[in-house]
Amino acid sequence: MCSTTNFQVDVVIPTQTKYLHLIGSIGEHIGKDLEDFSGDREALAYHLNLVLTEATTNAIKHANSDDPKDTVRINIDIQEQELIIRVYDHGQGFDFESVPNPDFDHPKEQGMGLFFIKTLMDSVTYTSSDDCNVLEIRKLLL
Amino acid sequence: MNVTEENINDFNVLFVLDERIDAHNSAELKDYILHMIELNKVNIIVQLEQVRFVDSSGLGALLSGFKHAEAKSGKLSLSNVQNQVLSMFELTRLNRVFEIHTDLDEAFDIGE
Repeated sequence: MCSTTNFQVDVVIPTQTKYLHLIGSIGEHIGKDLEDFSGDREALAYHLNLVLTEATTNAIKHANSDDPKDTVRINIDIQEQELIIRVYDHGQGFDFESVPNPDFDHPKEQGMGLFFIKTLMDSVTYTSSDDCNVLEIRKLLL
Repeated sequence: MNVTEENINDFNVLFVLDERIDAHNSAELKDYILHMIELNKVNIIVQLEQVRFVDSSGLGALLSGFKHAEAKSGKLSLSNVQNQVLSMFELTRLNRVFEIHTDLDEAFDIGE
């Protein structure tokens, strides 16, 4: 299916961690089905599961906790040579550039999520505006 | 968080029965381990055979347990870690922090 057709998956979830499993599973299924991907599809499936889980967790964490109707939107755009994940939230945002890489000699319990995203994918950008933040993640499918 | 705990060969073995550890259940896992340590169960082996996915918060929960056990002169080690999960420990170099055993027998042998 994935070898011949570009497609998109668009999901809007409440800002609750119980939906992480759903989002991660979508990524895992997409990874396993990418028949044209010449690399390790099992590893790609895990990485997409992880990256979607981390990005969605991040969006939920920075969401507007005062609004029970707040949502996070996750868009996965599968193209022939590239997979693009965009995670949209309506929270206060965060300073993407100031997040340091983990100190491997003095490991801490937090701060590994963005490291996973940056390490396992090919590019990551974060755009913050008044009413919406977007984390855009690209993975080349070569 | 679905776990069971058994005392085997003087180790407190914590079997994690959920397939997935993420930000939805990792705080519960962390609290469970910290509660064990409060009860002086400080020689802990976390058996991860059923776990096929762990995210950064899951790694953080285990690291928290490791540090608290160490602070009480104990040790938290891991066993039966699936390959993809193991690769997350390698990527974060946490495989240099935790003792990671193939199975419980190996963990008991080395721990004695």
